[in-house]
Amino acid sequence: MADATEQEILDGLAEIIDEIVGIDKSQVTPEKNFIDDLDIDSLSMVEIAVAAQDKFGVEIPDDELRNLKTVKDVINFVQNLQA
Amino acid sequence: MTAEPRPAVRLRIPEATAGARILAFGDYQPARVVTNDDLARNVDTSDAWIRSRVGIAERRIAGDDEGIVELAVHAGGKAIAGSGLAPSEIDLVILATCSAESPMPAHAGIVAHRLGIDAPGAFDLNAACAGFCYALATASAAVRGGSARNVLVIGSEKMSQWIDWTDRSTSIIFADGAGAAVVTGADEPGIGPVVWGSAGDQFDKIIIPDRHSFIQQEGQAVFRWATTAIAPVALEACERAGIAPADLAAVVPHQANLRIIEAIARRVKAVNAVVADDIVHSGNTSGRPFRWRSPA
Repeated sequence: MADATEQEILDGLAEIIDEIVGIDKSQVTPEKNFIDDLDIDSLSMVEIAVAAQDKFGVEIPDDELRNLKTVKDVINFVQNLQA
Repeated sequence: MTAEPRPAVRLRIPEATAGARILAFGDYQPARVVTNDDLARNVDTSDAWIRSRVGIAERRIAGDDEGIVELAVHAGGKAIAGSGLAPSEIDLVILATCSAESPMPAHAGIVAHRLGIDAPGAFDLNAACAGFCYALATASAAVRGGSARNVLVIGSEKMSQWIDWTDRSTSIIFADGAGAAVVTGADEPGIGPVVWGSAGDQFDKIIIPDRHSFIQQEGQAVFRWATTAIAPVALEACERAGIAPADLAAVVPHQANLRIIEAIARRVKAVNAVVADDIVHSGNTSGRPFRWRSPA
């Protein structure tokens, strides 16, 4: 997915989260914190990062992953690397 | 004076067999059960944390009088008994292990001797947690190539003797046990093609650095590698065997971590398969194969 819009990344991420941890897509909004709001643990975050890599063509290494706390953080990360 | 031309000599090689199959299986687990609560008495962890992160409820740990040879003899003996073969009909013994007490002699020879198999081919094979699969593929190739008629393949692990019981990242995962299979020739193959693989670039992610050390693991790196790299290999094995993922009845990955197992199963998309979860009550026993009955 080249140069996806913010909405496209959000939709793609919501699909991934639904598939991996079974959280309804409507729950995934930019301000949500993965751990505190969505109850997603670090191992699921790795799975989500790997799936995001397949979908957006952007690698999210473990070192970077630690800093991505919210849905918006991931959207920004993907957009910055795609730009 | 010219020499007479020598007559052409052609090496005679054994006749190949179409396929190989497992004739019988045997397993053995130590009697001692160690629960998550038992571990939580020694290290800072909890039953809930262990279940949610690795999916293990309890594991078996061998006693001081049980090394990898004893575990292997129990499992191997059951497999031979189940096969209906006499020990003398086994001509190759392969023992997969990565947790042996010592590097020599090869433990496979000791196991064969204890089981009354007189001087078969015998060697240990170390491919860590992939050990039994490597050994099974090697046995299949030996049978099909005609160098062996019946092969006893054993995976035996005593991971507990390489664990630092104060390290909560590894002590909650690994465990002990053995499993064995007798492999024989068959017109209709029961063992499919193998897709070999390894990851030497990741050598330091799960490692016993030297003889004075314990197992060390970088959990998150292993998790990422396993959930990324394994599914494509599994799909290639299906492709080579001519089996569609939807036609698989069971998916039996290495029992590393239930979360890894579930992630691999999702990526393989074996929608009609049951997924093996021996790890829940056995822990991660590395290269030990297991008797697993689907609840379905």
